[in-house]
Amino acid sequence: MADWKTEVEEIVFPGKISVPYWWTVGSTLSKWYVQLRDDGEIWANRCPTCEMVFVPPKIKCINCYKDCSEWVKLPGTGTVETFTVVNYKEPGIHPKKAPFVYGVVKMDGADTSLVHFIEGVKPAKVKVGMRVEAVLAKERQGNILDIKHFRPIS
Amino acid sequence: MGKRVGIIGVGQTHHASHRLDASGVELIAEAVTRSLDDAELTLDQVDAIVIGNMDHFENINYVDMWATDGLGSFMKPVLKVTTGGTTGTTVASSAYYHAASGLFDVVMGVGWEKNSESDTQAAIATCANPVLERDPFAGAIGPLATEYSMYMKAYGATEGDAAIVAARDRNNALNNPYAHNRMKVTVKDVMDSPMLSYPVKFLDMCPRSDGACAVIFANEEKARKLCPRPAWVHASVVRHDYTHFGDLEWQWMPTLERATAAAYKLAGIANPLRDFDVAELYLPCSTTGVKWMDSFWFCDKGGAPKLIRSGATHMDGQLPINPSGGVIATNPIGATGLIRVGEAAWQIMGKAGARQVPKVKKALATGFGGCSWSDVLILGADLP
Amino acid sequence: MERVAVIGVGQTKYEKGKRETFAELVFEVASKALKDAGITVKEVDNVVSVSSDFWDGRTISSMAISDASGAFGKDISTVEGDGTFGALYGMMRILSGSFGVTMVVAHHKGTESNMNGITNTCFDPLVERKLGLDAVSSAALQARRYMTAYGLSEEQFAMVSVKNHGNAKRNPLAMLPMDITVEDVMNSPMLASPLKKLDCSPVTDGACALVLAAERNAKKLTTNKKRVWLKGVGHCTDAYRLGDRDLADTRALKEAASKAYEMAGVGPGDVDIAEVYDAFSYMELMWLEGLGFCDDGMAAEYLERGVFDFGGELPVNPSGGRLSANPVQVAGLASMAECVLQLRGAAGKRQVKGAETALAHGINGMCGQSHCVWILGK
Repeated sequence: MADWKTEVEEIVFPGKISVPYWWTVGSTLSKWYVQLRDDGEIWANRCPTCEMVFVPPKIKCINCYKDCSEWVKLPGTGTVETFTVVNYKEPGIHPKKAPFVYGVVKMDGADTSLVHFIEGVKPAKVKVGMRVEAVLAKERQGNILDIKHFRPIS
Repeated sequence: MGKRVGIIGVGQTHHASHRLDASGVELIAEAVTRSLDDAELTLDQVDAIVIGNMDHFENINYVDMWATDGLGSFMKPVLKVTTGGTTGTTVASSAYYHAASGLFDVVMGVGWEKNSESDTQAAIATCANPVLERDPFAGAIGPLATEYSMYMKAYGATEGDAAIVAARDRNNALNNPYAHNRMKVTVKDVMDSPMLSYPVKFLDMCPRSDGACAVIFANEEKARKLCPRPAWVHASVVRHDYTHFGDLEWQWMPTLERATAAAYKLAGIANPLRDFDVAELYLPCSTTGVKWMDSFWFCDKGGAPKLIRSGATHMDGQLPINPSGGVIATNPIGATGLIRVGEAAWQIMGKAGARQVPKVKKALATGFGGCSWSDVLILGADLP
Repeated sequence: MERVAVIGVGQTKYEKGKRETFAELVFEVASKALKDAGITVKEVDNVVSVSSDFWDGRTISSMAISDASGAFGKDISTVEGDGTFGALYGMMRILSGSFGVTMVVAHHKGTESNMNGITNTCFDPLVERKLGLDAVSSAALQARRYMTAYGLSEEQFAMVSVKNHGNAKRNPLAMLPMDITVEDVMNSPMLASPLKKLDCSPVTDGACALVLAAERNAKKLTTNKKRVWLKGVGHCTDAYRLGDRDLADTRALKEAASKAYEMAGVGPGDVDIAEVYDAFSYMELMWLEGLGFCDDGMAAEYLERGVFDFGGELPVNPSGGRLSANPVQVAGLASMAECVLQLRGAAGKRQVKGAETALAHGINGMCGQSHCVWILGK
């Protein structure tokens, strides 16, 4: 009964969805990005109850859901908790050409870490525990790439 | 077997066409915070969370994961549901089943959308079968306009009847501080507004909005302890029968009729016009506010124009429909259905402010979306 | 609380480049599950479908398959996430008293799109997405964090891949049955250190359906042979941003697992077989620790001792796991299907003898942010 299927020509239509997006950054992250873009500073915010410090800033404390109303300036330095050397090419999403390094950097003065690129060092020489500092882009737009990458503190 | 469940709190954002002050996560936090305040609860007392929206409007994959900070769901059980325009009511019934199952006592359902973040029609177009239907038939207005022209031809309904509904809902919204569009309109204003797709005009049609809504459900034991007047869930029925637009019935709406019939049976509703005190209906377009009256059994087949013209569905009528302003006033798609449930709950709880209908004992809330899909929920002041 | 059973199972072969449409895949497995249960679609009173608008490339992805799932004239809802969460919702609907028999059906066609592009959209558009992160690069960050925390090696991770691809040889449905060695894994192309190609699951197409029934319905409709009880379940989610978590900490999984064990009235020691979500080799080890089968950091040693081998004390992923076939949303439901077959004694060449209690596991989000744990029993 299903034999007719073996004689069917299998057609495949290529397709692409085209839907443009405009994401609202919102009050909390806008404040963060404006400070990054205009003043070249990385800030964090703090929960007044738990005293946990978050970067990127949080709208509500992850522990107690209170407004994180206090803001704290960070030195922009940190320690590499983990990293990876990306070797595959994915031009649709990668802003850099592989090989490049992602790192999770525990930021000094904060309880959380930032994920970003690590450069200024051969990928093979990147180590967990390395001390790094943020390098900012000269021309900043108000997004995460205003931080160009993190580099080892000499 | 199974627990009875009541709604004990509702929160909404101030809906708008562009909430540039709030990211999606901030919108969600706004609704969640308000619902907790409304119920006088803290997040610790919420045992599980279910969230819904339509992915293609914001292009965020795994929204339940992304929304963690706004939901306060860190180290909590979270689930995501999504069913197109009916998502909001799907969230409501999902939260209801979470609590009714006995696995979770207090459950928060959150619906949200930031339609300003994308081209709504382009995103909606992707719901159509890419091989068979996407090119010729995409978009929301076409099917709605088509079905009303058929109803007009069959029963003598007019554009003026739809305009009465549009004016009713828009003027009701003036009493609703959360509504997106709050404008005083006359029937003439609606008739004079630009034609979008015959016979649907600009003021007949819903907007697309940024907004969020959170509704807290609790099982009977908890609801009694935590809330002086819960809105008890009497019925939840869903019929999402159609896959292709070409298969639809145009003269009547089978899914709505079937869902309504099943829900009325569950809740013991014999004469809906008399048995309900208020209805918050998902009417995406004023024309549906005429045509669908038949399927709700508010009148006989073709009796909708007479019903609408009589004023029975206005705020001072026998069965006020959409005191909140409905979908025509506010439409953050993933939240819209949930807002119907939340508004109906507030009516029962006596918390509907300037739009309160007096002495509400039974309320009807519905969802619509996708390919002519229908969700029907019935809430009551007394236990079912 | 009334008991709920799985009474029917249906799966497609898991492979790449399937020619069937989503609806055809769903119809195939829904039909198989009904036949397996010995019932018709008439006995099913509600449906939970599981799909992703992203992977399907259409909004309202459930619309494509609602008729194929048997939902006409019935109550249907859709969970977007792993199939284990869909099954949970299916069970809730039965426990609510509103329904007696739920069809849970999941579908996925990874090969129709760009996997990395789609997993990139899991990341926050405001903070992480522009960096170009995806499932592989983020998993690599987690893998190294796990290695550093407990002094583990890439070779130990490779052993998981060797075991699972080897197990797949006994599973006619698996996509990648392979005879490989640790050296083969170590020599496969390095994608994002420390993860190599053979540490990663493949892109797969497939579908799976389970028919769930309330005890009273199950006893009327099927025999004891087919019934497998859903004894316990728990789900829990961790923080969203990678930087908010210690990626080596399985706290959300531990919470989900403890709820499942408590509900089932069993402990890790009672489990005879486990199907865990090994999207990447290292994940199997991390999740086994989070599930309480050994202390944190010890799973590699247990693996080396053969504890998790097909012939070991606790066979893990006898189906071949996600490393041998990973149809994303379907994967957790497939784990549950495997557990059902094992507990029925119907797992053919891969049957684990005397299996009475099984554990199935699914995840949502990147780096296993959210977990759902099931305990199934005869």
